[in-house]
Amino acid sequence: MNPRTLDLEPFHWRISLMKIPEIDLYLIAPEIIITAFGFLVLLLDVFLPKGERKGYLGVISLIGILFAGLYTFPQIGSVRSGFEGMFTSDGYALFFKIIFLIIAFLTVLISIGYIHREMIEFGEYYALILFATLGMMLMAAGSHLITIFLGLETMSVSIYILAGMMREDKRSVEAALKYFLLGAFATGFLLYGIALVYGATGSLNLKDIATYIASKNLLRSPMLLMSLVFLTIGFGFKIASVPFHMWTPDVYEGAPTSITAFMATGVKAAAFSALVRVFFSALPAFRPDWTSIMWVICVATMTVGNIVAISQTNIKRLLAYSSIAHAGYILVAFVAGNDLGTSGILFYLMAYAFMNIGAFTVVILLGKKGEENTLINDYAGIGFKYPLLAASMTIFLLSMAGIPPLAGFMAKFYIFSAAVKSKFYWLAILGVLNSAVSVYYYLRVTVLMYFREPEREITGLQFSPASVLALLLAVIGTLYMGIFPANVLSLAQRSIGGLM
Amino acid sequence: MTILGIPILSLLIFFPILGAVVLLFINKENGRAIRWVALIIAFVEFIFSLPLFFAFDPKTAAMQFVEDWWWIQSYGISYKLGIDGISLLLVLLTTFLTILCILCSWTAITFRVKEFMISFLFLETGMIGALVSLDLVLFYVFWEVMLIPMYLLIGVWGDPKRRIYAAVKFFLFTMAGSVLMLVAILALYFLNQRATGISTFDVLELYKLGLPVGTQYWLFAAFALAFAIKVPMFPFHTWLPDAHTEAPTAGSVILAGVLLKMGTYGFIRFAIPLFPKAALDLLPLVSILAIIGIIYGALVSMMQPDLKRLVAFSSVSHLGYVMLGMFAFNMQGIQGSIYQMLNHGISTGSLFLIVGMVYERRHTRLIADFGGLSKVMPIYAVFFMIVTLSSIGLPGTNGFVGEFLILLGAFQSNVVYGVLAATGVILGAAYMLWMFQRVMFGKITRPENEKLKDLNAREISILVPMVIIIFLMGIYPKLFFSKMDASVEKFIKDFKGRVEMKADLPPAKVAEIKK
Repeated sequence: MNPRTLDLEPFHWRISLMKIPEIDLYLIAPEIIITAFGFLVLLLDVFLPKGERKGYLGVISLIGILFAGLYTFPQIGSVRSGFEGMFTSDGYALFFKIIFLIIAFLTVLISIGYIHREMIEFGEYYALILFATLGMMLMAAGSHLITIFLGLETMSVSIYILAGMMREDKRSVEAALKYFLLGAFATGFLLYGIALVYGATGSLNLKDIATYIASKNLLRSPMLLMSLVFLTIGFGFKIASVPFHMWTPDVYEGAPTSITAFMATGVKAAAFSALVRVFFSALPAFRPDWTSIMWVICVATMTVGNIVAISQTNIKRLLAYSSIAHAGYILVAFVAGNDLGTSGILFYLMAYAFMNIGAFTVVILLGKKGEENTLINDYAGIGFKYPLLAASMTIFLLSMAGIPPLAGFMAKFYIFSAAVKSKFYWLAILGVLNSAVSVYYYLRVTVLMYFREPEREITGLQFSPASVLALLLAVIGTLYMGIFPANVLSLAQRSIGGLM
Repeated sequence: MTILGIPILSLLIFFPILGAVVLLFINKENGRAIRWVALIIAFVEFIFSLPLFFAFDPKTAAMQFVEDWWWIQSYGISYKLGIDGISLLLVLLTTFLTILCILCSWTAITFRVKEFMISFLFLETGMIGALVSLDLVLFYVFWEVMLIPMYLLIGVWGDPKRRIYAAVKFFLFTMAGSVLMLVAILALYFLNQRATGISTFDVLELYKLGLPVGTQYWLFAAFALAFAIKVPMFPFHTWLPDAHTEAPTAGSVILAGVLLKMGTYGFIRFAIPLFPKAALDLLPLVSILAIIGIIYGALVSMMQPDLKRLVAFSSVSHLGYVMLGMFAFNMQGIQGSIYQMLNHGISTGSLFLIVGMVYERRHTRLIADFGGLSKVMPIYAVFFMIVTLSSIGLPGTNGFVGEFLILLGAFQSNVVYGVLAATGVILGAAYMLWMFQRVMFGKITRPENEKLKDLNAREISILVPMVIIIFLMGIYPKLFFSKMDASVEKFIKDFKGRVEMKADLPPAKVAEIKK
């Protein structure tokens, strides 16, 4: 065996004399801005007295996110890479960055009122959200397995802490610990998979891996096949696919609701972005192998998610299982593996961000300190007592069920088109049948809201203006993507060009 | 195409939504204003639909008033609308019945009137949209849009005892069928793309596609399932009795009047012309299910103690006729089928209105609670009798024309089917007349019935137009047939032509097209 040359290029810069590496700052401007604002929030929190309202820190985070967005949008259309190919800012990464920024924006908006009410108003909260967003952006833009891993860890550690933010609530602490332990375990699998890939191909750069596999015809390499399994496990945990989903209901239920919203949308989107990039850019040669595994995981995920959701009595757990099911639908497009599917994944994740955060916003708005009102039965009679709240919730639930003319329908339409295009007819049929089953539990909430009298009065709700704004944005997003999907869709289609 | 420069079909679709937005701004305490504004909106909508009838060119079978814009161009999804003789009359039926539904809810709906009217207007948008869409995805969108308002109508304003069960059953049942249709639509799109290189969901383009028979069977099955649930055909009819009985009167009327026609319309516009060979091969199956529907529906109807449930099952029976006539695939059968669609809308719609009127007075629907009502409500009795006779199919009423043509068509295509279906006529008369006798004739057996008020002006004004149409359609059907002649002829011609077409495109031809 030839001794493999280690990829020492990055070190080369350091030991050469007085050569400063050229870093394209504009390339990573969004990330730098987010980091800077994260530190700014931390510093401001330290230097300002405790106990005061920290809402302005939220506002500063919002400004930071908008600022980062300002640097993301102009980059659309150009493909640039930097850091020796470790970081790529192509259409794919930019689309996902927009999704993450939207998610972070909406999460901070709903947090401003929520964490004050729940008395977990720490400056670290906002900083951690920003750092988690940073991690997500790295995951999406990473064209090197280490970058992806760094992003994953940055995001995950921030989320572990955020999940346990409600220190006095034992469910929150349990959620954090459970997520941390299982997450660390899954990360171990992921890392082992990465190591095996490195062992087999000598490189961690996604494109180089693909080239190496093609040139040396490593299709039957046992090391790579094993690495496929480990990578599937590692990523499968993060996207909450079956059978790696067991942590989801408990963690989603225990964590503060704003963080649940953040996790359900952002972490999932980030994990998918990395999963798709790794499998489509680095390991496309193994498609026949991982397609069959993923087919089974996909069907299991959809089915388990939907069926177990039917029996739920807690809305947060219901939404947790529903998000498992949605991961299943996205996997349908993943299995289909054509351009239609990949752009469908991007579209779906953006639509999903709006409708899911919207639903969790309603869950937040319906609660107050000490009285979380997260049982589904608490929603009885809301339809006429808080009509706008109920109407928004209906829009989000129906969108998730896939009823036109809402975003969820369009998203599912593209996903299933992709499956049919690649002749995965049974997958499409199972997908739509699962969709029909899901209508039952989404509809059940609307039944309670509109058709039943309230069992007890829910009064004294406070609707913070920031949350109402978030709700409004989510509704607009859901309706816009449902009725005029063409713009977002063509953006998604243009974004996946550089993937393969 | 437009009338006076206005895209009339888009106007018809979206005007109710505009009306609903106007309603949003009216204070919910102001019940009078809400009702009158809703009525005016429905009336204006009907007026808007009249030019369609008069400006329609009966000599051509092509789609008229066509509007064609891109919606999602990259996928070939267009916003394409158009009507022909078949859908024209159904659109008019929709706008007409909506007015009557709003009128009949005047005193029946007492709480959440604003939301009721808004839901109804949304429903009207969905119905008209589904009837005029020529793009499969657009059709699917409107098809699903119809579900939510109907679900709310049944679940919020229905009979408190079982409304939620009925509403959820309605929704899930219909949805399950529709989602499979979605997969079939996608499959059709991609098959077309592979065969011709064109990416389109335009139904008129997809008509031209010749599919292998095996594929046709699967796709037809998916479409047919969705539509069969809606029609409803036996054995997918079980949602109907619950939905009809528990819904408020206006809900039942519009459900029977228009929503059920969506199923039959779907067959005639989509399932049959897209997959003609499969339709022809499955003709025996569909006809037998239709006949079972006719006879079973009639028999079960006879045994119902609840008036509304009786009428609901009679719907199953009547629509069995429609399906039988449609699958006779001859001029009489199909024309009779379409005519019967309209008839059923009018006569069964009227029946539900009439049952609703007596329900408002007595708050019971059980036949046993009535008896001898004609003594105290003579005007009501007259209207009720006319509508009953129309439902039975007495010559002179609209029911006769439709039934007769259907039986004629059925006999021509298969004598056995014709004979079996004809027995349904007898059963139809049996259950309706027996019901009428128990409710209206004889002595007044219950004291509560002695003080019932006869129809007031509003109720008369609802029933008079219906009766006029019953007789108009019964005595001068040519007025309506002349509109559909050309379209039905083309339908049959196309159908026969494409059934004989080679089921598989030979490879050479495919290569030619692909260039």
